[in-house]
Amino acid sequence: MQASDVYSKYPGNDPSVLIPILQDVQEVYGYVPEEELHNIAKHTRLPVSRVFGVATFYNQFRLTPLGKNVIRVCRGTACHVKGSLDILTTLETELGIKAGGTTRDGQFTIETVACMGACSIAPVISINDEFFGGLTVKEVQKLIASRRAEKSE
Amino acid sequence: MTITINNKEVWANPGETILTVAQREGVHIPTLCYLKNLTPTGSCRICVVEVEGQRSLVPSCAFPVAEGMKIQTNSPQVRRARKTIVELLIANHPQDCLVCVRNGNCELQKLAEQYEVRDHRYQGERRKAKIDLASPSIERDPEKCILCGRCVRVCHEVQNVGAIDFVRRGFHSTVAPAMDGSLNTIACVFCGQCVVVCPVGALREKGSQKGVWEAINNPQKHVVAQIAPAVRVALGEEFGMEPGSIVTGKITAALRRLGVDRVFDTNFGADLTIIEEAHELLHRVNHKGVLPLLSSCSPGWVKYVEHFYPDLLPHVSTCKSPHEMEGAMIKSYYAQKVGIDPKDVFVVSIMPCIAKKFESQRPELADEYQDVDAVLTTRELARMIKAAGIDFAKLSEENFDDPMGESTGAAAIFGTSGGVLEAALRSAHYYLTGKDMDQIEFSSVRGLAGVREATVTINGLTLRVAAVSGLKNVDKFLEGIRTGDSPYHFIEVMACPNGCINGGGQPIPSDPEKVRKRIESLYAIDRSLPKRASHHNESIIKLYKEFLGEPNGHKAHELLHTEFTERGVE
Repeated sequence: MQASDVYSKYPGNDPSVLIPILQDVQEVYGYVPEEELHNIAKHTRLPVSRVFGVATFYNQFRLTPLGKNVIRVCRGTACHVKGSLDILTTLETELGIKAGGTTRDGQFTIETVACMGACSIAPVISINDEFFGGLTVKEVQKLIASRRAEKSE
Repeated sequence: MTITINNKEVWANPGETILTVAQREGVHIPTLCYLKNLTPTGSCRICVVEVEGQRSLVPSCAFPVAEGMKIQTNSPQVRRARKTIVELLIANHPQDCLVCVRNGNCELQKLAEQYEVRDHRYQGERRKAKIDLASPSIERDPEKCILCGRCVRVCHEVQNVGAIDFVRRGFHSTVAPAMDGSLNTIACVFCGQCVVVCPVGALREKGSQKGVWEAINNPQKHVVAQIAPAVRVALGEEFGMEPGSIVTGKITAALRRLGVDRVFDTNFGADLTIIEEAHELLHRVNHKGVLPLLSSCSPGWVKYVEHFYPDLLPHVSTCKSPHEMEGAMIKSYYAQKVGIDPKDVFVVSIMPCIAKKFESQRPELADEYQDVDAVLTTRELARMIKAAGIDFAKLSEENFDDPMGESTGAAAIFGTSGGVLEAALRSAHYYLTGKDMDQIEFSSVRGLAGVREATVTINGLTLRVAAVSGLKNVDKFLEGIRTGDSPYHFIEVMACPNGCINGGGQPIPSDPEKVRKRIESLYAIDRSLPKRASHHNESIIKLYKEFLGEPNGHKAHELLHTEFTERGVE
């Protein structure tokens, strides 16, 4: 699907289609680019401030592209007790970004999630669709190093 | 139906909210997020009341009445809840009341006083945000914002601009332009209605007082002030006078006490505008020019067209707004007359408007120098008068200076929606028939409604005209022009509801009753003047004879007319 298909799918001048359009545009790009926020505003005849307001209200919408490696850090209770805050700060220091951010080279994104439902192997992180449990700070550093190496290969 | 408020039975209509009924019955309920006639959001909760049978307190601004309802508006439970709400609001609010522009005129401050908040019971984490100082008209300070949303509703529902909205959620919520941009780089028209409804100091005008003080204190500078029609019936409120008090002579006196060298009247510029605009209208009508002609006095409105309807710019009158015309005349005609180098002349306009601040910096509104050097709002002038220790109420009245002090009744009514239209018709009649109309007042274009229309026949020429105020009301007229079926010849548009009289630079708080009284006073000024049509202004006749030549002539075009810029919405 392309962005132009999204707009032909929904009637113009109809503010009620705002959220479905945002979802479909995100489907196309993996995020909602700024230019598309303006296009959505034109299509729905809403002020762009409202489109931006809605897009920033819901956590499901991203306004920046995701990195190649999306790292999700579980910050649930069990993981917290098992030291997930250290895991998170290690990742943030290693990659030079804060949770929610993406590295400049577009390789890594860090996100936090409430619970992954894998408390028995806490602390847990996932990188894209792969899960890693029982982690230590050292192991996290190794993981990042190996992903970096993959990039340079 | 009958309901009971504080043990007293009162009459209520089905569908009304508790707040509406209470206000009518003289029962005071505090509000913050509530704005009359706009969607109630019930978000601030300060208006909570106790309703018998309800599990918890309910927001009276959004809660409809029901038969037999029993309401307590000031019970211990209600007072406790309201106090906690204020305590929570100030937990996240900068504690800098002493240095805030709204010190002494802040709704949050008043509530803290009213509910006897005496300490900071909750010390919340503060929101950190940059102040948006980039625009020449409006400053936006998100740290002071209490998220009541009044500005958002005015901007969307009344002005149809939608420059700002709620962004993000929870603790990170702010009110901001799209992409967290600056008001200066987005499609904000600077009408300032958001500033007028802001209960705190989060939205405020960009101050120009410092530059004016500097000019006054600089012996090199010849400072010339001019005051807009709407200022003279509003400034008194800042000094505790009755709304609608006419304080023209006191303002003139106060400006001289402040050290201004000459005090002129923008009403002179308004009369001049009418001469030019009436000629422009008749020229367009007689020569099959672009019609309808849209007025160009309101800089918020002009910017609105530039952003949202740039294809219709040829419809907008090329006339500069009255204070800009007058600025141009001060720096040419007047400077020449008194033998002062225009570079030493400093023109300060006192306006009910903050869009005028942006307007005065437009590069096209300059000859060699900007036509107007600084714009002060009604509020800013009040602050300067207070700072100078002038007892405003005790000042005796003084007259304006020549040669730009004379004005007619037609100019006085510029300050209210419909006034420019009425003034233009008075002179158009004269130009078409050679005599004044018997009935000089057009009641059909007067009133508080956002849209008034009339059809006028002069000497066989039928003119369809309309006066529109509040930008939301103008869209259907503009769509009509786009589709080619607009029957109108002239449409006067003012960005602010009811016109300049309710402008973004007027005293805060504003309410419809105050606005109505200010309007009445403008019409009273009109009635009180011996001359009520712009073409009878002797000083203007002299100005054309000595300096400008013909209305709409070459020199007039060079100095009194302007051009517009297409601006995007991004």
